Amino acid sequence: MAAPRLPPPDPQFVLRGAQSAVHALHFCEGAQGQGRPLLLSGSLRGLVHIWSLQTRRVVATLDGHGGQCVTWLQTLPQGPQLLSQGRDLKLCVWDLAEGRNAVVDSVLLESVGFCRASVLAGGLQRWMLAVPGRGGDEVQILEMPSKTSVCSLKPEAQARLGMPMCLQLWQADTSPRPLLLAGYEDGSVALWDVSSRKVCSRVACHTEPVMGLDFDSQEARGVSGSAEKALAVWSLDEQQALQVRGTHVLTNPGIADVKIRPDRRILATAGWDHRVRVFHWRTMKPLAVLAFHSATVHCVAFAADGLLATGSGDQRISVWSLYPRT
Amino acid sequence: MLPVDGFGFWEGRELGKVNHRMDPEVSAVRLTILEAVHILSSSEDGGRIFCTLESLKRYFGETENPALPEEQEEFARIHFSTFLRFLVGKLSPDWLELLPDGQMEELWASFFLEGPADQAFLVLMESIEGAASPSFRLMKMVQLLARFLSVGRMAAVMEGQCRQQAGPAFPLLQETLLTKVVGLPDRLGNRLQRENLATFFPQNYFPLLGEEVLRVLQVVVDSLRGGLDCSVSFLSQVLGKACVHGRQKEVLGVLVPRLTVLTQGSCLWQRVCWCLVERVPNWAMEAVLKGFVEAAPGPEVLSRLLGNLVTKNKKAQFVMTRKLLFLQYSCTMPMLQSLLGYLAMDSQRRSLLMQAGPTTHQVLKELLETWGSSSAIRHVPLVQQRYVSKAILICLAHLGEAELQDSRDELLASLMEGVKSRLDSSLPPVRRLGMIVAEVASARIHPEGPPLKFQYEEDELTREMLALAMPRPAADGPSEAGPSFALVSGETPDRETVDCSGPQAGPEGSDSELDSDDEFVPYDMSVDRERRSSKAPSYVRGCLEALTGSEDWERWEAALWALEGLIFRSPAATQEVSVELAKVLLHLEEKTAVAGFDGLRQRALVAVTVTDPAPVAEYLTTQFYALNYSLRQRMDILDVLTLAAQELSRPGRLGKAPQRGSPDPGSQPGGAVVPAWRAVVEERIKRKTRRFSKGSAGQAPAVGPNEFNLVAGYFFFPLLQHFDRPLVTFDLLGDDQLVLGRLAHTLGALMYLAVNTMVAMPMGKALLEFVWALRFHGDAYVRRGLLSAVSAVLLSVPTEQLLADLLDELLEARSWLGDVAEKDPDEDCRLLAVKALLLLEKLRDKLLPLSSP
Repeated sequence: MAAPRLPPPDPQFVLRGAQSAVHALHFCEGAQGQGRPLLLSGSLRGLVHIWSLQTRRVVATLDGHGGQCVTWLQTLPQGPQLLSQGRDLKLCVWDLAEGRNAVVDSVLLESVGFCRASVLAGGLQRWMLAVPGRGGDEVQILEMPSKTSVCSLKPEAQARLGMPMCLQLWQADTSPRPLLLAGYEDGSVALWDVSSRKVCSRVACHTEPVMGLDFDSQEARGVSGSAEKALAVWSLDEQQALQVRGTHVLTNPGIADVKIRPDRRILATAGWDHRVRVFHWRTMKPLAVLAFHSATVHCVAFAADGLLATGSGDQRISVWSLYPRT
Repeated sequence: MLPVDGFGFWEGRELGKVNHRMDPEVSAVRLTILEAVHILSSSEDGGRIFCTLESLKRYFGETENPALPEEQEEFARIHFSTFLRFLVGKLSPDWLELLPDGQMEELWASFFLEGPADQAFLVLMESIEGAASPSFRLMKMVQLLARFLSVGRMAAVMEGQCRQQAGPAFPLLQETLLTKVVGLPDRLGNRLQRENLATFFPQNYFPLLGEEVLRVLQVVVDSLRGGLDCSVSFLSQVLGKACVHGRQKEVLGVLVPRLTVLTQGSCLWQRVCWCLVERVPNWAMEAVLKGFVEAAPGPEVLSRLLGNLVTKNKKAQFVMTRKLLFLQYSCTMPMLQSLLGYLAMDSQRRSLLMQAGPTTHQVLKELLETWGSSSAIRHVPLVQQRYVSKAILICLAHLGEAELQDSRDELLASLMEGVKSRLDSSLPPVRRLGMIVAEVASARIHPEGPPLKFQYEEDELTREMLALAMPRPAADGPSEAGPSFALVSGETPDRETVDCSGPQAGPEGSDSELDSDDEFVPYDMSVDRERRSSKAPSYVRGCLEALTGSEDWERWEAALWALEGLIFRSPAATQEVSVELAKVLLHLEEKTAVAGFDGLRQRALVAVTVTDPAPVAEYLTTQFYALNYSLRQRMDILDVLTLAAQELSRPGRLGKAPQRGSPDPGSQPGGAVVPAWRAVVEERIKRKTRRFSKGSAGQAPAVGPNEFNLVAGYFFFPLLQHFDRPLVTFDLLGDDQLVLGRLAHTLGALMYLAVNTMVAMPMGKALLEFVWALRFHGDAYVRRGLLSAVSAVLLSVPTEQLLADLLDELLEARSWLGDVAEKDPDEDCRLLAVKALLLLEKLRDKLLPLSSP
């Protein structure tokens, strides 16, 4: 209490021109050989904007989802390929190399939910994709680019988990078996072993649907946010069992997205209360409340160099440089 | 030649005396000296003089064939000083050059440096004071005195006095010596003026004196070990006198650290030290003890140096248990802790602090009585009240529970009385003092009872006081043990929270790379409030309904939040319902735990008043004296009136958006914070903007008529009407003096804000009458209000009118102000009175150039 606190920070810059609410953000690391990464944003009206962080202007606009909301964006490491998921039940694969912007492939989705897909790409030509599947409670695993369905993960009937709300595919350094973390409608987070199609462990950390989660595979610790007023931090032990390590109560309910910075030092949450909250990842100490947006914040994204972008219903994308890496 | 005449006189008188009681052998000494004097005064032969002087040195007993002891003693006692005076008389450039290479001077000086030190010193001082200034002789003598000091002869002077106690005492001689030893810097300074030597500056001389005292003490200790009797009373007197002269720091700054070390292992040293302090004459006891308390690093050392002095010496007891605690308040906290710790360390002394029996006066009980007396609270300066409070806390920290239990009832009674009168006070610092002492003291005196708990803001003072209440560790080296322990205990819980409930606790904590994240300083997160629903009414009338009839608390809250903005957006709609709205807001109670309820309500009320000043102010002022209001509501009325007046009188108000969170007057609880972002933004603009024309970078001050002009009367006069008519529930001149104080402040503020208005003149007149009626009020807060009101009158009423119409009132006020500035116990009152007097002076200065041409 002794020293006066620093006044809340201001954004480094603000990107305007998405012309509708921003629902997905993704940093594309220097694919074009430019100094600064590109920022991709997906809007409510189905457009994907590619922003240059150098000129802070739109470089290209992709229209492939027929005016339906773009909910998820991801680039693949092996080439300038972009995945975009839209509410038109399509997941498009774009080729962005050499200025092209054409849909080269697309996957038809069978779920109308809000669940975002997840990708596991080990630098090979083949990569794995997890998307919400048929029947409301399944997760479908596809092998790409061949689009072969590997399996679908369906929880046991009596579990009553509800729809999957968020997914994260990952692979431990020690084992080649791909794992999937999925947040469900009933507020629980489950760890799936993809190869054996079984739930390794499940933990109920929220009472409301899990809206977003992120996992730190090095420390085997993850964080999830839900529609309720709390963030949950959970960890994974050697027996692949999930355990709640603590919850952090927030001022207002509703977390739309959670991301840990790639250097695992801070994390940011996108709040329905228009605010972005920044926490210290190891101690969960609150560090900042960014009250810049005037509508629900839908998504947050970190660049490899630590830049934070937040997209909101007020059609703006704000870019922040907090606790820069030294 | 004068010296020879002097010698002749000595010859006749002293000789006769000697003849009466000395044997013939002794008169041989006299003969030798007479001869030497004769040779010295007549001869010009350097060699012969040298031989004569050399031969006399055998009386000092340090040459190869010393004189007999009796002869030595006779020489020292009877002839030495006279001979020295004669030598002083011989001093001249020619005489010194009788022998080459300064041999003569060396020999001459050796008489002063080797002979009996006390007489040499006296002769030196005497001849320095007697010598014509500036002269060769004076210069030589001064140099000799400096040398005398530098070779440590001062110790010999004092040592001589210590030894002499065994033989016949010479009180007069001792007295003279004492005066000269201690007064040396003053005398030399007077004599030499600008030619004074650095050795004789008090800041250099007194540390030297301290060193010398220490050397003498060493000698005393050695001779006591050798079985010889010695007295330190001369040293005590020197010490006492030096301290009385205000040189405690210099002397004791040298003495105490050394004595601390020396007394550590040795009982003898301790005894000598106790003796040294005990023998200090009564007139110097206070100065010496204060110096000791100041210089001692802690109670342990003090106890070692002073022993049980307070129980043996009445004067010392008075100084330590009364004067330093009750009559003065100049001790610093370490001093106070040393003092009370010293009293608590020994069972005999402890009884002074606290004892069951009714006979001895007890420090703690008296402290609490003083603290509890309501008249003391009113008439004693705040600084002293703090001092007494701290002393109580320290006392309590030292005393055990059993000791406190014995006279618990008495202690509690005086404590509670003090707490009660403090909590009644209208000055926040006094109230807070009461709370802290009440919390700590009740917990100690009555540990099994329910703990008292007050709400007060923590600041440096409270932390200091609470720290004082912690019992000190008994170990001798608390400074080493304390912090390291605190460090360890402070760190453990941190770790625990990090690693809570995890089976593998290790890896995260030990990750050194991640540990550096702790330097992530959090930003201000005060914006992180609960979001309000969007049910806010969009019209003023809607707000009114929501605030009165609604059972929907979310809507009620939203209305409260929205109200101020709505009022400013639609003044016309507000004016239709202004009085009704003011009534609702005034009676509004905090029904849900809305953050910042008071601020919201106040801002809304201010907004209403500003939008429709006359009727609302009329309503509010009548309500101020109405029945059935709480003090809080009445004070709210005053605050709102002040803030609204401030807003109305702000120049250029119409041009700009209404200022949110305007600065609060006086001691406003929960006031709005001055926005820090504004400073940040302005700084940023300044940095990023290049200005082509330097110079008047700031905006021109906004100008416009004072809007307060038209309505000032509505705000001001009704408040003055009924203050002397008590109601059943509200008695301004009685118990509700807090409100009276606030009223006085408000009136002053309104007066100040009415600057440049037509009504300022009658307002000033009325206000001065109000002040006059209350000028001897007992409460400091009320007096402060009155004083600031006088200043406001002086600032706001035009000079000509002041002098034309208010001259008598001003003259009366002036004599009162002068009185307050000199005598008021409250520091702020004195300050305010001085400020008002300065304003009056300025007024006079303005008048003088008018009348002079």
